[in-house]
Amino acid sequence: MKYVIIGNSAAAAGAVEGIRSVDAESETVIISKEKYHMYSRPLISYYLCGKTDLLRMKYRPDDFYEKNGCTCLFGETAVKIDSVKKEVLLESGKAVSYDKLLVATGSNPFVPPFKGLEKVKDKHSFMSLDDALELEKSLGKDKKVLIVGAGLIGLKCAEGIKDRVAEITVIDLSERVLSSILDEEGSEMVKAHLEKNGINLILGHTVTEFTENGAVTDSGEKIDFDILVTAVGVRPNTSLLTDIGARANRGILTDSSMQTSIDGIYCAGDCCESDDVASGTSRVLALLPNAYRQGEAAGISMAGGNAEFSGAIPMNAIGFFGLHIITAGVYEGETCEKRSDGCYKKLFYKDNLLKGYIMIGDVEKAGIYTSLIRNKTPLSDIDFGLICEKPSLMAFSRKYRNEKLGGRIQ
Amino acid sequence: MKKVYVNEKWCLGCHLCEYYCAFANSGEKDMVKALTNLQIHPRIQIEEANGISFAVSCRHCDEPLCVKGCITGALTKKDGVIVIDKDKCVGCYTCILSCPYGAISHSETGAIQKCELCTKNAGGVPQCVKGCPNGAIVFEER
Amino acid sequence: MPINFIYPDYEVVRDNTRCIRCRACERQCANGVHSYDPETNFLKSDESKCVNCHRCVSLCPTRALKIVRTPHTFKENANWNERAIEEIYMQANSGGVLLSSMGNPERYPVYWDKILINASQVTNPPIDPLREPMETRTFLGKKPSSVERNPDGSLKNNLPPQLELELPIMFSAMSYGSISYNAHESMARAAQALGTYYNTGEGGLHEDFYKYGKNTIVQVASGRFGVYNDYLNAGAAIEIKMGQGAKPGIGGHLPGTKIVGDIAKTRMIPEGSDAISPAPHHDIYSIEDLRQLVYSLKEATEYKKPVIVKVAAVHNIAAIASGIARSGADIIAIDGFRGGTGAAPTRIRDNVGIPIELALASVDTRLRDEGIRNSVSLVAGGSIRNSADVVKAIALGADAVYIATGALIALGCHLCRSCQTGNCNWGIATQKPELVRRLNPDIGYMRLVNLLTAWNHEIKELMGGMGINSIEALKGNRLMLRGVGLTAKELEILGISHAGE
Repeated sequence: MKYVIIGNSAAAAGAVEGIRSVDAESETVIISKEKYHMYSRPLISYYLCGKTDLLRMKYRPDDFYEKNGCTCLFGETAVKIDSVKKEVLLESGKAVSYDKLLVATGSNPFVPPFKGLEKVKDKHSFMSLDDALELEKSLGKDKKVLIVGAGLIGLKCAEGIKDRVAEITVIDLSERVLSSILDEEGSEMVKAHLEKNGINLILGHTVTEFTENGAVTDSGEKIDFDILVTAVGVRPNTSLLTDIGARANRGILTDSSMQTSIDGIYCAGDCCESDDVASGTSRVLALLPNAYRQGEAAGISMAGGNAEFSGAIPMNAIGFFGLHIITAGVYEGETCEKRSDGCYKKLFYKDNLLKGYIMIGDVEKAGIYTSLIRNKTPLSDIDFGLICEKPSLMAFSRKYRNEKLGGRIQ
Repeated sequence: MKKVYVNEKWCLGCHLCEYYCAFANSGEKDMVKALTNLQIHPRIQIEEANGISFAVSCRHCDEPLCVKGCITGALTKKDGVIVIDKDKCVGCYTCILSCPYGAISHSETGAIQKCELCTKNAGGVPQCVKGCPNGAIVFEER
Repeated sequence: MPINFIYPDYEVVRDNTRCIRCRACERQCANGVHSYDPETNFLKSDESKCVNCHRCVSLCPTRALKIVRTPHTFKENANWNERAIEEIYMQANSGGVLLSSMGNPERYPVYWDKILINASQVTNPPIDPLREPMETRTFLGKKPSSVERNPDGSLKNNLPPQLELELPIMFSAMSYGSISYNAHESMARAAQALGTYYNTGEGGLHEDFYKYGKNTIVQVASGRFGVYNDYLNAGAAIEIKMGQGAKPGIGGHLPGTKIVGDIAKTRMIPEGSDAISPAPHHDIYSIEDLRQLVYSLKEATEYKKPVIVKVAAVHNIAAIASGIARSGADIIAIDGFRGGTGAAPTRIRDNVGIPIELALASVDTRLRDEGIRNSVSLVAGGSIRNSADVVKAIALGADAVYIATGALIALGCHLCRSCQTGNCNWGIATQKPELVRRLNPDIGYMRLVNLLTAWNHEIKELMGGMGINSIEALKGNRLMLRGVGLTAKELEILGISHAGE
């Protein structure tokens, strides 16, 4: 048996560990266009603000590949899969044969065709370590930065470089920051916090034209910048699989063992879709925890074990300048809201189930809410009044607690 | 593997486990010195309401969502114990988002903290267990 | 507010250089002594509520607390002492009978402490119990006076039912209601582990504890609570309670507020009704009446279980015991005046009854004199404090002893003597669920097993020293005892010589 993994991030780590939990021996090859040891992409903003460094960013220890018996083909880009010959063709011309293949190619930044964008000299995306290292070279205490996109990536980038540049402006077509994960009140709160920490926000507007060092918005406002970062969105890298006819929507479709519609080929991470328990739909949930668990399920399945990936929900833990935000699920149904000094919480529930939640400021024990969504716990089985107040195991039955905490049932 | 189990039937809500935990992880040799004028932030925490109380700390799950979701690789499972490499942790709180028991919390350093069964301090055996006056917290093989 | 004249007996001394404000004291005091003041960040104490039970002291992780007797004092007076004055204040305040609990705490002689045990030297060798067999197993019950044979010459088994004890110590009666479920469970499991018996007291037997029946003595008292056929047959023996050392001559009263849930069910009385145990059994006014009850109970249990009659040690105890021995009872339990209780009028607890040492010696002597000592076993109770007391009791004539206060102390009781409040901070003399929970039977039963295992080791050591290798050989062996500081009369009643004689 020979396993080949395209990609070298969280899904790949999950896959290697999944494979090795079943099959300690067989050859495993990792193909990655990046040359780095497996690192954590969400850490690039933490790298720029100095909360981590290149050594500590490693997602797995230095001896990970060696210990797990992996052959690494780094700096190689897979360009084609031949599912008949069972080979992966590389840009370098090499072909790598496989028995089981995992495609974990992630996603790429999406840059819309702004007018004049080609004139901008110092422009960046913010996805990979290379992006961050490139951006870092441009940073300077006298530089003005324009970030297009007030989503997770754009704002994390802003936080990461805040103390290393003169000024940051973030512009977004949306009226709200983090509009994909927050409701209006939440966005307002985060917006105020960002502004308090010196981030200029231009919301509800877009750039109509770029010049070499400036942008003009749809309201005619002119913004000067030295550095431009585009963080409008990402797109799953699906072409390797769609080229050979794998079933796909926005992302690649798989069964619960993470196998694609092509026998022997699996897919995991940001390039594939999963069944979102909260919304009941299949969608791309580009989240590191999902990627790892999908990769692990794929790895176990590839090695002949039984694994099912389930329980995926949209969820985010993110923070800016000390303000923590945790959200999960979908925002539909009735709500229950709590506010206190600097904290905001909203629960969404429908059909006797918790569907989603937003917590800002005090995020302690948020995972208890997450588990309610993920496990589809009927709210009638718990003390909903209590759980609205704060996430606690107290709201569950004694039997549940005895099982989970380990009291002897007498 | 020996783990900490909690039997709420015997929990008195005295909170001593929290104080013994805070002491054990303080690095001090004297409890008074360690905890005087300190708002403790223990890794085991009591939930209490309406005459019911129980201590919650890391269950060291077989399928640890916190470890699998950790974006830095700071949370790992070593010999059955889920441990945190505080040096790697950037405090993103994905683990707090993931833990179904609310057993992971923030710490003063920015990194998260959680029960590591006193494997990293001078306690040797979990000090919450040792300090529980009523056998409500036990450390045993099951 | 009128003056109430009462100054607290104790002071709570808190070392604020040690206090870490964990507030365990505040959370653990059911009497509400401690309270935290967030403004000053200090814990305060209201010592007027303190009963000196040491719960806070025991749980304080930094030993920042101690309870001391208040130095506050009255003008010295050997006659009108503090207690006498305060009791007058209390009764003038309330108009009521003073209530207390546990045993008589007054300065009456403790004869155990005036009796010394012998040891072998030179002419008769001591025995090392670690190297040689040492028997602490004891059988309680009527012993046949003669060997009987069947017509074919084979031995006839004429041995009446016996209780078999691995060590000569049993847990004496404390009712479910006066003490908690967890206290009962601790004793039941300890009795089973040790091969001895615990006693239901007069409150019936909780359905959960029928499984410990082989190690249970079921009690029938004047209130007859929870008594029915299954109950009588559940135990290994039946005890008729005629009296109790802590309050001879009076009955009991468990207020309706405590008759809730399982207690009502176990006692078989409606919830909220007062459980009143009359002073007498209304069907017993003579030895003949007692005999009727003894035999009724034997009938009900097909003569398979020994019947114990328990009486308080009172003035003419020897004659009373002689009567009981003739009533058909298999075992007589005598409860001395220091025996405990969950609640008793203070005057009665402190002024009625006699010391167990004198009662036991006189009963044993009397039954021997009358030639009926073999027709009953004697169990002595009422403040057996350690293994030396056990050895002395057996040498004075007991077959075994009952312990209760000692067992409760092992479970955490600090003898604060506030059982009657129902607020026992140690989870023993309370029915409040949040307090009962404080006594985990897993811990409690182990402590009881530890205590009696330790005592049994010591009993063997003491017996070995005397060159005696069985309880049987120690029983009534008063030559092994000597008195110190006792009058000729006391020595005569105890049937022992003075030290040096």
